[in-house]
Amino acid sequence: MSLPADAVTALETFQNAAGWEQRARLLMQWGDRLPALSDVDKVDANRVHGCESQVWLVAALQDGHWQFAASSDARLIRGLVALLLARVNGLSAAELRQVDLPGWFDQLGLSRQLSPSRSNGLNAVLQRMNELAG
Amino acid sequence: MMIPSPWRADFPAIAALQRQDQTYLDNAATTQKPQALLDALTHYYANGAANVHRAQHLPGAHATQAFEASRSKVAQWLNAGDSGQIIFTHGATSALNLLAYGLEHLFNPGDEIVISALEHHANLLPWQQLAQRRELKLVILPLDANGLIDLDAAAQLMGPQTRLLAVSQLSNVLGVWQPLPALLAMAKAYDALTVVDGAQGVVHGRHDVQALGCDFYVFSSHKLYGPDGLGVLFGRNEALKQLRHWQFGGEMVLDADYHHARFRPAPLGFEAGTPPIAAVIGLGATLDYLTGLDQDAVNAHEAALHDYLLKGLEARNGIRLLGKPQLALASFVVEGVHNSDLAHLLTEQGIAVRAGHHCAMPLLKSFELAGAIRVSLALYNDSEDLERFFEALDQALELLR
Repeated sequence: MSLPADAVTALETFQNAAGWEQRARLLMQWGDRLPALSDVDKVDANRVHGCESQVWLVAALQDGHWQFAASSDARLIRGLVALLLARVNGLSAAELRQVDLPGWFDQLGLSRQLSPSRSNGLNAVLQRMNELAG
Repeated sequence: MMIPSPWRADFPAIAALQRQDQTYLDNAATTQKPQALLDALTHYYANGAANVHRAQHLPGAHATQAFEASRSKVAQWLNAGDSGQIIFTHGATSALNLLAYGLEHLFNPGDEIVISALEHHANLLPWQQLAQRRELKLVILPLDANGLIDLDAAAQLMGPQTRLLAVSQLSNVLGVWQPLPALLAMAKAYDALTVVDGAQGVVHGRHDVQALGCDFYVFSSHKLYGPDGLGVLFGRNEALKQLRHWQFGGEMVLDADYHHARFRPAPLGFEAGTPPIAAVIGLGATLDYLTGLDQDAVNAHEAALHDYLLKGLEARNGIRLLGKPQLALASFVVEGVHNSDLAHLLTEQGIAVRAGHHCAMPLLKSFELAGAIRVSLALYNDSEDLERFFEALDQALELLR
């Protein structure tokens, strides 16, 4: 299974990042580039609970391929979510079920963001995505 | 100005954390432990563990002796004297739940329980749920601008219908001593029971439950440099007479047949099951260690560090403190910066502080905040810890702004 184009870019960028500062800058850039979520979508039904910040996640299946949209009021979690969407958007339902998402963040050098004690909410976002993708 | 801690080397974990590039400033959540405690735990487990208050064999006698010696040390630490009993529970939360269930029979529909707006969930939820079970009114005392319980409002809100007052001595978010003498006097004037949540307060300075005059005083061992899994409930003798047994089993029983049982009085009657024996013995060792320190020097050190913390925060732009912290900690937010982003970048730099609602969601909501960053101090912290924090804070804010 080949990586989506955005995921290839993400991997190259993050694997070359040196140190926490550059990773943080990159995360914020990726977060800023995430398309804005309309206010209609920023409703409680789309809220991902278990995050310190507010995170919304919306899913749609178009012609058999997943299209997720998401946003957050915090910048770094928005960046993490952008990296998540880069990996999963456009995948078929079968492909999405096979993706190792913790492995994806590990490849990016961001596995610590998924440790159980982190309350940034990335774990909760992954769980919500699984629920939505059924 | 440098503020070194003369007690830093007594806590081996601090050096270990430093080797992992971690600066520990989350002491209001839990504290590191003195070598004296580690030695006591090792000694107990290495020399023969045994259950307490059960067996006549020698290991059982040794364990029971050490266990009961710790009870005396806790009583001395709080200057309980003969005024009451020390009951060991599994945490401060357990102790407060014991009270909310064991005193339940005293309440009738319409009675009022009074707490304050700054209570930790542990001193809110047990009373809230008791109020729901017995159709009671839960009265919330408001705070003034400095984070102190508003005494004028308290005088208005308390009355003959007040059956119990449960308040924190020191808030885990605001870091201010609450006006307990005045509040307890109001409650007593109405013959209400009084419960003090000393989870934060007991860690700073020495407190005298007889002088305080409360019916119950609760704290957790792990915040006082002791082991976790252990809470302490002091109860005044007269108040304990009203406390009914709550959890059943083990040596809390006096006599049992299949259909009936009679139970021991305090303290053993409230210590169902095997208690956390090693933790109790460990807390005794911690108290021995703490008793050996010059308390005035500890107080002065903590005050100097807190002053250093506040000055450093005030020197930076856009930082808003929650309340007016007097000691131990400071909670803050930064204008235009999400506390989750700040927490993320402090974590990246090895600064262990707490971000979020601090188990006091209603209090944070009253500030219209979803969360805040809290820096909390212990006697082993020094000004270099705070310098590392400030450096990391500046770096984080530079990136985020």
